[in-house]
Amino acid sequence: MSAVCNKKRENVKKLASAVSMIAASALVLSACGSGEGGDSGEDYLACMVSDSGGWDDQSFNQSGREGMTAAKKNLGVEEQLAESQGDADFGPNVDNMVQQGCNLTFGVGFLLEDTIQEAAEANPDLNFALIDSTFSDADGNPVTIDNAKPVVFNTAEAAYLAGYVAAATTDSGKVGTFGGIQIPSVTIFMDGFADGVDKFNEDNDEDVKLLGWNKDKQDGSFSGDFENQGQGQELTKQLISQGADIIMPVAGPVGLGAAAAAKEAEDVKLVWVDSDGYESTEYGDIILTSVVKQIANAVEDTVEEGMNDEFTSEPYVGTLENEGVGLAPYHDFDDEVPDEVKDKVDELKQQIIDGSLTVESESTPK
Amino acid sequence: MTTDISPAAPSPAPPPDTETQDGRQQNLLQEILSGSWLVSLLAIVLAMLLGGVLIAVSNAEVVAAAENFFAAPGEFFSTLFSTVGNAYSALFRGAVFDWDARTAERAIRPLTESMVSGTPLILTGLGIALAFRCGLFNIGGQGQVILGATLAGFLGYALDLPPFVHMLIAVIGGIIGGAVWAGIAGVLKARTGANEVIVTIMLNSIAGYALGYLLKQNWFTHTTSANPQSRVVDDSAQMFLLLPAPFRLHVGFVLAILATIFVWWLLDRSTIGFEFKAVGANPHAARTAGISVSKVTILVMIVAGALAGLGGAAQVLGTEFKLTGGISGSIGFDAITVALLGRSKPLGTFLAGLLFGAFKAGGYLMQSQTGTPIDIVLVVQSVIVLLIAAPPLVRSIFRLPTPVLKRKED
Repeated sequence: MSAVCNKKRENVKKLASAVSMIAASALVLSACGSGEGGDSGEDYLACMVSDSGGWDDQSFNQSGREGMTAAKKNLGVEEQLAESQGDADFGPNVDNMVQQGCNLTFGVGFLLEDTIQEAAEANPDLNFALIDSTFSDADGNPVTIDNAKPVVFNTAEAAYLAGYVAAATTDSGKVGTFGGIQIPSVTIFMDGFADGVDKFNEDNDEDVKLLGWNKDKQDGSFSGDFENQGQGQELTKQLISQGADIIMPVAGPVGLGAAAAAKEAEDVKLVWVDSDGYESTEYGDIILTSVVKQIANAVEDTVEEGMNDEFTSEPYVGTLENEGVGLAPYHDFDDEVPDEVKDKVDELKQQIIDGSLTVESESTPK
Repeated sequence: MTTDISPAAPSPAPPPDTETQDGRQQNLLQEILSGSWLVSLLAIVLAMLLGGVLIAVSNAEVVAAAENFFAAPGEFFSTLFSTVGNAYSALFRGAVFDWDARTAERAIRPLTESMVSGTPLILTGLGIALAFRCGLFNIGGQGQVILGATLAGFLGYALDLPPFVHMLIAVIGGIIGGAVWAGIAGVLKARTGANEVIVTIMLNSIAGYALGYLLKQNWFTHTTSANPQSRVVDDSAQMFLLLPAPFRLHVGFVLAILATIFVWWLLDRSTIGFEFKAVGANPHAARTAGISVSKVTILVMIVAGALAGLGGAAQVLGTEFKLTGGISGSIGFDAITVALLGRSKPLGTFLAGLLFGAFKAGGYLMQSQTGTPIDIVLVVQSVIVLLIAAPPLVRSIFRLPTPVLKRKED
């Protein structure tokens, strides 16, 4: 027994000495590294914490980061980024930003809502912003926090236009959509898309069907996450086999699986979301158009406000009017979209901007 | 690794092919487990060195200096050392002691953060390690953590009980959740011989999607929010803090210590633990000696699942306080690494869990202060395991003979 203990003690000692050696070498090494040049430019520190999708998700994390890069370049602010690999990382990552004295810290995605809210309440002298979600209390009622700004997008407006174009250009009379997870920032796209299809049917006395989403029942197809491209491919194949020839995947990188399936099947087109898919993906030749969410611009604007001491808790809501959301060009399909459809889309856009037409969705940011 | 149904009526001998396959798997497991402490330590050091290379390669300044290597070799080395040194010193400051912190509390907080991150890894790792020792590959830590967290979290906000009692009930719920989930795999293995690796992996997916479904149901989440997340766990059910805020160290860490002692007692001091190890060492011999292999298989899985479920409970009641789709993170898979690094020994698993917790806690600071990609930490962790597991693994795959002078050191 005592021999075992001694052996164990020795082992512990060994480990302890190894740890202290690593520590000591780290100290020495860090001492070598103190010769960096001084910082120039602004001393405004803008920071951003991603959700578990990571910076290269071809979706909102990536767009958010682009906004930070633009702010650094155009406004000369310092930036600090932290990528989360899981939900448990949000707290420590935001805490590290606060400890570094970040003047403005962005959280990307609704999952960071509570973390950002807590940090904002605990640090009234620092500013915070939350992308794609508003703040709410424990019971889900909306709340306003003086030093935290929700950055949200009324993507239903742009998706409405996309739904109209899709219904106008389908050959099979069926269009489809699916989402990643059933959350407001996803279903808002699907609601707008559904209404756009309905609008086309109403105007032209047609009967184009939408597969994958029922707006009245708020029920439809979801791949289950924002990672599994295979699942996106599978769902898209199902939609295609049911006859859909234009599909809008609202699932971040899962959309790439949809694109692979669409490419395999002939004459199937996609409506991309978040960014202009013609530019951001390699599937430009099958992308009819994209419902664009200008997260990068919103981030840059918010940083600028903060830098100029104009930060408010007033939510930023991206709309067609302020160009926070929009419909991307048709690119390769420019010739295939009839001119009267293009004119009609411009007309609808004007109506939405001047308020004579409202696109309604349960998920519209309030 | 056995397919018998009941010890009273021994099943016919399995076909010879399966037997050698089983034997090989068994030997592989034993070899992985029988290395010395020194190998673990060297693996860590070597992995850190390799991580340093990656940090250097992924750093623009170092690459720029490398281009001018022949013009100014001194500068290259100073940039190299400063970059790698800064990254690792940030890792250390985030994990153990932060000498740059603004307050004394903040300076010592990192060590407690390592303990916080390590807690679920230790608990789940113990579950995996226990199964390893008994010859079972429990890959289902992830699903067991999810079930534990789901049940603990739900009891934590759905019930209305006085403090402590509430926490206790929620923790027990978590333990039961994990135990039942792993128990399914155990029963299937014992009764039908279904391979526990496949069954537990499948159960991981089922648990994940089940949680995803539940988070969409308002009766389950207790919120009106449309986002898939639950209500926050009541104060009375939260694991109480061992130190005042801003520390996050909670009583879950004490549970992890107790669980480590429990597993040590179970394996090294109890009769049933002896049976566990006997089955792990050689199921055929164990059966001949009158040990019910199927009973042991089920029991081992239940205890392993209970430990993982406790890990899930600690995560939701101790640090996260609400259920989300990603509540389990990658705990279930990291725990396999932890168990391997800890040689499936209770103390070893505890220390390995603590080390991985330190990597996690330090990684946050390293990323946010030096801009080093967080993936480096993952690479370091993976290389550690590769170095520990690979030599016997490679030998087994290519059917090379095992070196004769092995096993002396254990």
